Amino acid sequence: MLLIECPWCGPRPESEFAAGGEAHVVRPADPAALDDAAWADYVFMRKNPKGEHAERWVHGHGCRRWFNVLRDTVSHRILAVYKPGEKP
Amino acid sequence: MSQPFRNEAGGLIDRGRSFRFTFDEVNYEGHPGDTLASALLANGVRLVGRSFKYHRPRGIFTAGVEEPNALVQLREGATTEPNTRATVAELYDGLTAASQNRWPSLAWDAGAVNDVLGPLFPAGFYYKTFMWPAKAWPLYEAAIRRVAGLGKAPPTGDPDRYDKRFAHADVLVIGGGPAGLAAALAAARCKARVILADIDNLFGGMLLSQPAEIDGVPASDWVAAAVTELVEAETVRLLPRTAVVGIQDHGWAILHERLGDHLGRLDDNQSRQRLWQVRAKRIVLAAGAVERPLVFPGNDRPGVMLAGAARTYLNRYAVRAGEKAVLFTNNDSAYAAALELADGGIAVAGVVDLRPSGSVAGAALRERGIRVLSGEAVIGTTGRKGLREVEVRRLEDGVGGLPQPVQCDLLAVSGGWQPNVHLLRSAAATTEIAAAGACNGAETLDTCLNQGFDAGYQAAADAGKRRRGRERRRPQAAPAPETSPPLSDWFVAGDAKASFVDLQNDVTAADLDLANREGFRSIEHVKRYTTAGMGTDQGKLGNLNVAAAVAVAQGQNAEAVGLTTARPPYVPVTFGAIAGRDLGALLDPVRETPMQSWHVQAGATFEPVGQWLRPRAYIQPGEDLERAVAREVRGVRERAGMLDASTLGKIDIQGPDAAEFLNRIYTNGWLKLAPGRCRYGLMLDEQGMVFDDGVTSRLSPDHFHMTTTSGNAARVLGWLEEFLQTEWPDLKVWCTSVTEQWAVATIAGPLASAILAELAPDLDPDLAHMAHAEATVAGLPARVFRVSFTGGPSYEINVAADHGLALWEAAMRVGAAYGLTPFGTDAMHLLRAEVGFIMVGQETDGTVTPIDLGYEGLVSKTKDFVGKRSLSRPHTSAADRLQLVGLTTRDPRARVPEGAQLVAATVNRVPAPSQGHVTSSYHSPTLNRRICLAMVRRGRERHGEQVNIAFDGRFVPAIVGPPKFFDPEAADG
Repeated sequence: MLLIECPWCGPRPESEFAAGGEAHVVRPADPAALDDAAWADYVFMRKNPKGEHAERWVHGHGCRRWFNVLRDTVSHRILAVYKPGEKP
Repeated sequence: MSQPFRNEAGGLIDRGRSFRFTFDEVNYEGHPGDTLASALLANGVRLVGRSFKYHRPRGIFTAGVEEPNALVQLREGATTEPNTRATVAELYDGLTAASQNRWPSLAWDAGAVNDVLGPLFPAGFYYKTFMWPAKAWPLYEAAIRRVAGLGKAPPTGDPDRYDKRFAHADVLVIGGGPAGLAAALAAARCKARVILADIDNLFGGMLLSQPAEIDGVPASDWVAAAVTELVEAETVRLLPRTAVVGIQDHGWAILHERLGDHLGRLDDNQSRQRLWQVRAKRIVLAAGAVERPLVFPGNDRPGVMLAGAARTYLNRYAVRAGEKAVLFTNNDSAYAAALELADGGIAVAGVVDLRPSGSVAGAALRERGIRVLSGEAVIGTTGRKGLREVEVRRLEDGVGGLPQPVQCDLLAVSGGWQPNVHLLRSAAATTEIAAAGACNGAETLDTCLNQGFDAGYQAAADAGKRRRGRERRRPQAAPAPETSPPLSDWFVAGDAKASFVDLQNDVTAADLDLANREGFRSIEHVKRYTTAGMGTDQGKLGNLNVAAAVAVAQGQNAEAVGLTTARPPYVPVTFGAIAGRDLGALLDPVRETPMQSWHVQAGATFEPVGQWLRPRAYIQPGEDLERAVAREVRGVRERAGMLDASTLGKIDIQGPDAAEFLNRIYTNGWLKLAPGRCRYGLMLDEQGMVFDDGVTSRLSPDHFHMTTTSGNAARVLGWLEEFLQTEWPDLKVWCTSVTEQWAVATIAGPLASAILAELAPDLDPDLAHMAHAEATVAGLPARVFRVSFTGGPSYEINVAADHGLALWEAAMRVGAAYGLTPFGTDAMHLLRAEVGFIMVGQETDGTVTPIDLGYEGLVSKTKDFVGKRSLSRPHTSAADRLQLVGLTTRDPRARVPEGAQLVAATVNRVPAPSQGHVTSSYHSPTLNRRICLAMVRRGRERHGEQVNIAFDGRFVPAIVGPPKFFDPEAADG
């Protein structure tokens, strides 16, 4: 069970959180302007790297806030934790 | 003396007291401090079980958790425990145990016919034999299950109590042998919070089994002093009888503590076992080493035992594991064992050493008159139920000399020591973990102490505990005697079918060779095919030899073969410990509405909806469920009914941008909704699929009251919050779950308005459909929403949760004159289906768009909303999608299950292309006929066509039509 440092609450066990997939996937401002392929890319396509991965987590059983985690998907080491809008 | 193999002195047992116990219904005696295994050996019991596959007689092979043979059925009745290793079962007064896998008796086992038929049972026997015909597999499976497995599961529920605890530590030390104790001492002296767990009931590890000297005193004195120092240290928690069964990420460890297994009876306040979940900043693994067996023909007979185990039985339990011993080794540790066994009163017939030039340690043995046979091997054993004789032969020149028989009843074998790295290998992230001592390859006691002490200090420092000037004096052991290098040979050529590499699973060298010839190359495949490394010992004993045997068969080195993935648990854990107190009513929280007590008194039948328990129907005397539901439906259609709708998800949404936010989330428009009005809304996910629905009301320009489906409330709140935080942080909106703050009674039916007029005199009698008002209902402040899920007039009366029961009781009193009928979820489902309202999760399944439902009118053409762009994707907008329709069966009394497939044909022909499926199916009391909602391919252009509902090999013809069967307004008119 991972130990995740919530930027607002501090280190808490993984069971208090939910993972939200790849971070920094921005919803297009004008979806209607996108062709089918571009929209499908936004909706369906996500990175699945072996190694460093920026992903979103939410402290659902805590402050209920979303934030970003830079995690190594092999070692599960957490390299950075940062708030939305911040850089790692 | 009743224990003929017990020495009169020595050991860590309490001779002052005796424990009586039975094994296979024979009475024996042992002492406090014994394990079941040591007590059996003390009584001369050598045959303790039958092997898994061939039912070969087996004895006690080890003195620890790695025991492959001595698996017993411990205790009887509800607390019985199968497959318990006798080597770790502490003896208590009145213990009962039975051997396993034998019938009718251990000494005469009919299953042993498998041993004679051994050639018929090669590796993969079941896979090869029971493949055909496939239809007969259930028969085979039943028969296989009867003969497979070892012990028996308890016949009834477990009456004992199990606990769970959580803890934090700076340093978790796994293993309380010399390295672990040294590590704990070092960390404790840095004032680190230390947890020291050992699987044994006593700390000391190998020091309990082998005489040694540390810091100039006997090792037992050093252990006692170390334990005293740790007990007195305020930051240390000692956990004996505790196995660390798993290490997970970021220093998370699962510990299994046996609190009461060593007690005969548990009193009411005593838990049997406890599961710990520990978060440690650093972990020191000091799990020691497991002696490696040698593989030779006949290496499984009762009386063949690890040399280290023979030492443990002698030194710790004062038990002679035999009368006359031969030792067979490739390293020096058996030499020390030989001397100790000789000192302990066992006649040592010789040490057989695979090393051609023997060992420098041989001199001491020869001085004692013990024969040392260097460059020789044990090539066979005899004695069906107990070892009688071994055959020894020189290995040189291929042939060597003639086999020499040597009489003995104990063959103590040592193939060297295997570092116990199971936990290290099962941990995903290992930077928090350091190994020390024998599990880290240390070969002498002094090295173990040094490594442990240093690892403990380093762990404390890494955990942020600075060293406090205290002298870093490591414990020191007496210098180890000179040794000769071990030999890596572990295998003696001979009858490979009688050479057991994995004792517990009866996997022989021949099986592993066969697996290789049949093409199983990966060690993981070899494991699954031959079962080597499975069972309670999980390959602790044999995995290294399995890898070595596979390497020989494949002609490569063992490193290239590798080992199978080690997984938790390290030792078997009972289900009871995993479940803890999370049983029965405590398994999952039950959510009850404020009106629950009324429903119970009214005799309601309940159904779970998520964690909620909702009244399904109020069955009256003489009714069955179906009649009760029909009565409740008629009550609503003809007069009035009342539903407890408190479980409805409710979210309070406030802020200047609340309307804009809803406008982006819902498919329809929300900007122009007037305060005081309600609107039905659909939410989609970004794939364009219906995610939730509900009525949301505008209380004031900046304040909305959203309702969601009962089971989806938490998900919807999370969904809203996610968009507000991650996509639209500029919107000023705040969402609060108020599901449990409001109790809701829904009064529906033609007389609902009349009842409301009497209950709430100040309520606007002309309150329009899809409007709401604040009112005083039954004297209670309330929000009344005139919305309908059942068709016809309907009021959802919301009051503070604490007032819910009062509202309900008042409404029942007032409603009595109007024939107000309480109705449950079954009637609600039926009523909404009659008027064609969908239920999310019933008609929808995550693949349904609003267009599929025929809800184009709810989908805005002018604004964007979540999921909109996906509705024009080729797949989502295809013409041949499943669409919502109503089905009326040709036979109005037909019964149709929900989920049934729709087909065009009326004969069983496979494959029959699916035309869709039934999503809802009821007998409508209002129409007195079967009504179904269904998702049908191109359904909306097929109104009037016939489809066939297929189930149980039958076909029920039905006519496709609009998804609406009844119009209450029209019926009124």
